[in-house]
Amino acid sequence: MLNARVIVGEDKLDIEITTAFGADLMSDVLSFARSGCLLITGLSNPQAVRTAYALDISAILVCRGKSLTDKFIEIARELGIPILWTRFIMFESCGRLFQEGLTGCIRKTDGTEEKTIVR
Amino acid sequence: MSGDDFSESLEGIYHIQGRDFVDAGIVSSEVKKSLQGKGISESIIRRIAVITFEAEINIISYAEQGTIQLFIEPDAVIIEANDAGPGIADIDLALQEGYSTADDSIRELGFGAGMGLCNIKKFSDIFELTSLVGQGTYLRSIVKLNG
Ligand SMILES: Nc1ncnc2c1ncn2[C@@H]1O[C@H](COP(=O)(O)OP(=O)(O)OP(=O)(O)O)[C@@H](O)[C@H]1O
Ligand SMILES: [Mg+2]
Repeated sequence: MLNARVIVGEDKLDIEITTAFGADLMSDVLSFARSGCLLITGLSNPQAVRTAYALDISAILVCRGKSLTDKFIEIARELGIPILWTRFIMFESCGRLFQEGLTGCIRKTDGTEEKTIVR
Repeated sequence: MSGDDFSESLEGIYHIQGRDFVDAGIVSSEVKKSLQGKGISESIIRRIAVITFEAEINIISYAEQGTIQLFIEPDAVIIEANDAGPGIADIDLALQEGYSTADDSIRELGFGAGMGLCNIKKFSDIFELTSLVGQGTYLRSIVKLNG
């Protein structure tokens, strides 16, 4: 679906993730993301991994084919954060996953809409 | 700057060098690791990890140097962030969502949305921020362990 490559976490391919949050700005991830979600981001630096670790985010999908440094991969291994990698842009990555049934970990920042989408 | 003495419950002290972006976030990761296995709930550890992250990034972004101290009391965890730096002239303004003086180096790292201090306040049960312009900033966040 995304032709995603598993960079870190081959052993964790069976974890179930039902929600996601997409952002390049870790300030927004720290403010709005919820534990257990998939973080879709074009930011492939150690701070993205450390942000995911702080929030108990289940995995990171690096989009837009961003290059990954050894340091990024090393920290992801150390902190146990699975890393997926795709050449799809953020919009395509999110759209395709949404179509497969993933939903936002929150829907709106003011919490006025319920999380679960009625299909 | 604070009247209370928590020195008996000091769990860790972390030194932070301003503008040293390479390891930014490592203090938060270390703090999180050190809180695990102590019977503290995951959601409380998450709050503390986020508070520490935001405070750490602010010291790196804006100050010359600083320290983060972690205290574990029987009923609360206390995070104290102290820095030597420019200080904050208008604390109410700094606490407004979206207000930021972050430069490009901070934005490239993935920060600078003007959300950090609000986020610290949101995740704290007790939040204290004082600053002396030209000297530095002191932040204290208390997270209660039971309710
Ligand atoms: N320790 C500090 N020393 C000096 N100024 C600070 C300090 N912490 C925050 N500030 C000032 O307050 C502003 C708001 O800080 P806040 O953490 O809320 O947002 P930010 O750092 O700009 O972006 P974000 O935290 O969302 O990545 C900063 O842009 C900066 O001007
Ligand atoms: Mg900040």
